[in-house]
Amino acid sequence: MLDNSPRFAALPAAPGVGYKPQHFSDILKDAAPVEWLEIHAENYMGDGGRPIAQLRHLSELFAISVHGVGLSIGGECDLDTDHLARLKHICSWLQPASFSEHLAWSTHDSHFLNDLLPLPYTKATLNRVTDHIDQVQEVVGRQMLLENPSSYLAFDESTYAETDFLDEVAKRTGCGLLLDVNNVFVSATNLKIDPYAYIDAFPLARVGEIHLGGHDEETDDHGAPLLIDSHGREVADPVWTLLDYTLEHSGPRPILIEWDANIPEWSELADEARRAATALQKVPA
Amino acid sequence: MSVSQTAFHTALLDASEAVPEGLSDGVGHPAGSRFSVYRNNVAVSLTEALELSFPAIVKLLGEENFKGLAGIFLRQNPPETPIMMQYGAAFPDFLAGFEPLAHIGYLPDVARLEQAVRVSYHAADATPVDPEVLQELSPEELATARLELAPSLQVIRSPWPIHQIWAYNLEEGSPKPTGGAQSVLILRPEFDPELTPISSGIAAFIIALLRGETLPEANEAAIESEEDFDLSHGLGLLLSAQAITRIKTGEDQ
Repeated sequence: MLDNSPRFAALPAAPGVGYKPQHFSDILKDAAPVEWLEIHAENYMGDGGRPIAQLRHLSELFAISVHGVGLSIGGECDLDTDHLARLKHICSWLQPASFSEHLAWSTHDSHFLNDLLPLPYTKATLNRVTDHIDQVQEVVGRQMLLENPSSYLAFDESTYAETDFLDEVAKRTGCGLLLDVNNVFVSATNLKIDPYAYIDAFPLARVGEIHLGGHDEETDDHGAPLLIDSHGREVADPVWTLLDYTLEHSGPRPILIEWDANIPEWSELADEARRAATALQKVPA
Repeated sequence: MSVSQTAFHTALLDASEAVPEGLSDGVGHPAGSRFSVYRNNVAVSLTEALELSFPAIVKLLGEENFKGLAGIFLRQNPPETPIMMQYGAAFPDFLAGFEPLAHIGYLPDVARLEQAVRVSYHAADATPVDPEVLQELSPEELATARLELAPSLQVIRSPWPIHQIWAYNLEEGSPKPTGGAQSVLILRPEFDPELTPISSGIAAFIIALLRGETLPEANEAAIESEEDFDLSHGLGLLLSAQAITRIKTGEDQ
């Protein structure tokens, strides 16, 4: 009989990294302390060749998280059912330990803009996001995690705090949450709110995964700091401190290091993962 | 006031559009240059997707020129799906219609070659037929046989020496292009597409097979393009490259 049950039923509460093909042989040699890998779903939607072969191989050895970056859950338009079918397909053959997407939009008027764009938090957008997540979970046939965005601006029309919005979406749909601690730090700095208060207000019990990544520092028109979620460098020290605070309240969680631009040598990425492992060791299970 | 995604979308792709009202820095100042972060993310990420897919064109035009050109292309042709490995399929035709670069006649065909390499890279895996199957066919069967070819197989024909230009720009130590028309066969034996210059006869032969023509019909198309085309040579090339995935004769067509 064909065994189609997932080899890894859940992500371990340990460090993972965003998988980059240039690290394939390093990972096979010695992945420690990395215990799981995350892929961007859209990069594995070809028909065959090296990307699919590498992913099949890695999925035999590591728990995999499928992270979508193109579904446009926060979009005003209907979800792209072709794209939803592709996500369903990859989740069926790969049987990942986790599947996540973003509280953002990227497609409008059938144009995909390849960025995670912000939405206001209102009754109307809450209903729309809820409907979209219901649809995703029904089609893909599993629970998804929804990730908090990094924000560079705020909408005057918003009537919900982001944490309340995410909490309500999760309650209504039964989805889990992906807490990007760097995004919290970036958004809080940019929109002048307290990142610790954000963590306090976040429904941590629903968090199935934590993200960490590097950001760049710029300034806005008024000379105020404007942090850019670039994923192009090491995680900043204040973000590690915010992670410690988060873990104290949430308990251990799977922690992902995202490094998508200026991709470093494996050893440097492993060092970041080691730092996450150290943070996890400090937390009572 | 409420900011529609239509207004956001329009202002994202057109920097001469005003930043939509109703966006702020969180403490009452208009968003201003903060909106440019999104404008920049969209343009940079799509430009990077194009650079990744068309490295020879980047080399030929220079990075700065390529970025400028990508900026024009991406505003006229935003992606229609979130799959970036497919973005830029319209880029070769865009180049062909781009007047200021009309003097570099070979540019669109080099881009077509790169597009074909990318398609080949992500094409479905396939198992080749045993070469003996072909040798065992009767003359009657051969007369009606049609061949299915590997999904990774692509053929690009050009009046320009596109393989030489491609190699000169991307492969160290390749000689300077010397001119003349070139056809190129792209095939992926395992994971990396391989590019092979082929004669115009073989190109016509393969393209006829891809159209679903029988072996004799494809042979005729090849001879029309190249008088002394040799069928056994054409077939031998496809067999040794493991490009034939199925042979359909009489009853199973």
